[in-house]
Amino acid sequence: MSNTLLELNELTKKYGGLTAVNKLSLSLTKGKVYGLLGPNGSGKSTTLGMVLNVINPTSGTFQWYDGSLTTHEALKKIGAIIERPNFYPYMTALQNLTLICKIKQCSTDTIEELLKLVNLWDRKKSKFRTFSLGMKQRLAIAAALVNQPDLLILDEPTNGLDPEGIHQIRELILTIAQQGTTILLASHLLDEVEKVCTNVIVLKNGVKYYEGEVEGLSQSFGYFEIATENNEQLLNFLEAHPAIGEISKENKYYKVNLTQDVSTAVFSKELQKKGILLTHFSKKQPSLESQFLSLTQTKEHATPTN
Amino acid sequence: MRLLQIELYKLWHSRISKVLIFGYFLLIFSIAILSTIKVELGPINFHLAEQGIFNFPYIWHFNTFVIALLKVFFAIIIVAMIGNEYSNKTLKQNLIDGLSKAEFLRTKVYAILAFVVISTLFVFIISLILGGIYSDYNELQIIFMDLEYLLAYAVKLFGFFTFCLFLSILIKRSAFALGFLALWQVTEGIVFGLMKWKLSDLIPQISAEQVFQFFPLNAMGNLIKEPFTRLSAIQNLADQMGEAFTKDYSVSFFNIAIVIVWSALFIRGSYFLLKRRDL
Repeated sequence: MSNTLLELNELTKKYGGLTAVNKLSLSLTKGKVYGLLGPNGSGKSTTLGMVLNVINPTSGTFQWYDGSLTTHEALKKIGAIIERPNFYPYMTALQNLTLICKIKQCSTDTIEELLKLVNLWDRKKSKFRTFSLGMKQRLAIAAALVNQPDLLILDEPTNGLDPEGIHQIRELILTIAQQGTTILLASHLLDEVEKVCTNVIVLKNGVKYYEGEVEGLSQSFGYFEIATENNEQLLNFLEAHPAIGEISKENKYYKVNLTQDVSTAVFSKELQKKGILLTHFSKKQPSLESQFLSLTQTKEHATPTN
Repeated sequence: MRLLQIELYKLWHSRISKVLIFGYFLLIFSIAILSTIKVELGPINFHLAEQGIFNFPYIWHFNTFVIALLKVFFAIIIVAMIGNEYSNKTLKQNLIDGLSKAEFLRTKVYAILAFVVISTLFVFIISLILGGIYSDYNELQIIFMDLEYLLAYAVKLFGFFTFCLFLSILIKRSAFALGFLALWQVTEGIVFGLMKWKLSDLIPQISAEQVFQFFPLNAMGNLIKEPFTRLSAIQNLADQMGEAFTKDYSVSFFNIAIVIVWSALFIRGSYFLLKRRDL
């Protein structure tokens, strides 16, 4: 059996004149943790809505499990949380999860364990409408896991939560990821994605900018942070060096971009030979945030048609 | 069966729908209380049950007509349930959890069907009991005459509930859907009035009644005509006053067909709306 869970083929959604998702093609494979990145309004939720059977695509196709299952049959093997937790307010936590098991045609055996996992077992007989937002969100996670899904889809799972709630949800996602569940995490919060994802898909204005591993997102070799007592000498040296790209000054340090792979040991030795004394020296990888910004900004200039 | 279970689970755990359903069946029972109405005022001695309303086969006509008036209870449940599915966004969640749009609609239609069947059985049993106690005629042949009123009753309820289903999916908000239902009733009346006034001038071959019988709510109403003027007491009264009601009280199968076609259209229409809309 193939490992492809979901495949999108030129999927497009237009709302009147606005193109929310534009010819998006991608595929999700079992066992990976995907981050779907993009600013607000970039088409993340619309894309998820289409593959989850609640939004009709304008054109293009998608298929679950290589087309061996219809969408709604496939969704029984998926767990998904979209934006806000939607449950029957007059039912208890337990009743809501039991109903979902009926819909998904799965066993109710997992419910107890999951309610304990999300810390709601004590409140299992409370009606959903009495829950706080954090509790609702945690119940939604339990609901999404009730069928031991092949793929867990999370859309902005920490939206609107307080710091403690955000922390709890992140811990949960990490735990689930470590258990080997395939995850698709849509978010505009980059550090959220950075912490758990192995692969990223970057969307902006409904167009795919990047799809691949997190490390491949930028071609960057990282950068040095350097501070010395003799700045002039340092700058002369740097400008002559073949592996050095752009140099900028940030606060007390020079931020020195690399155009080749240079190890810290080699570089510091070279500096020592020149008699440059360092007060600060470290090598860093750019954050996902800055990579994301540079990616979406450069592409914007490169493809003005979008 | 699984789909019916899903819908019943939703209904069963909602206190309001439970109260309304119980209330509905209690009210059906309470028609039995009608039989105990006795008025003794000097020379006038009136006992409702002895006026022949519980005589077979007239009882089928009378009970189905009166009990059908209670259908509005279940109509409220349907409209409220659909309205809540939209406002709580649980419809969206049901779809995400793997219910197809057709299946979602089927849960609702099956629940309506189950309700109609149970309600019809109820009417059958209660009429049988009341008739057994009060009817002047007890031959089996007479008892089981005119059972088509039960069929008409079931079709009438089903037609009405599918109309409510369609309206609530169309409008998505329960209060507005009920308001629209009332508005629709009035509109049918107004259009009929206008047609009576003008239609024969425009198209002389067609009478207003001919068109009006196809209107959904009117068609449902026509299924079981009012039974009161059929009572012998009232017939006698009319005879004395020199007036005679010559009305056809039987169930018209053409009428049943009209309502079934409407039900089918309402279900198709609901599916079309569900299918086409983004959530």
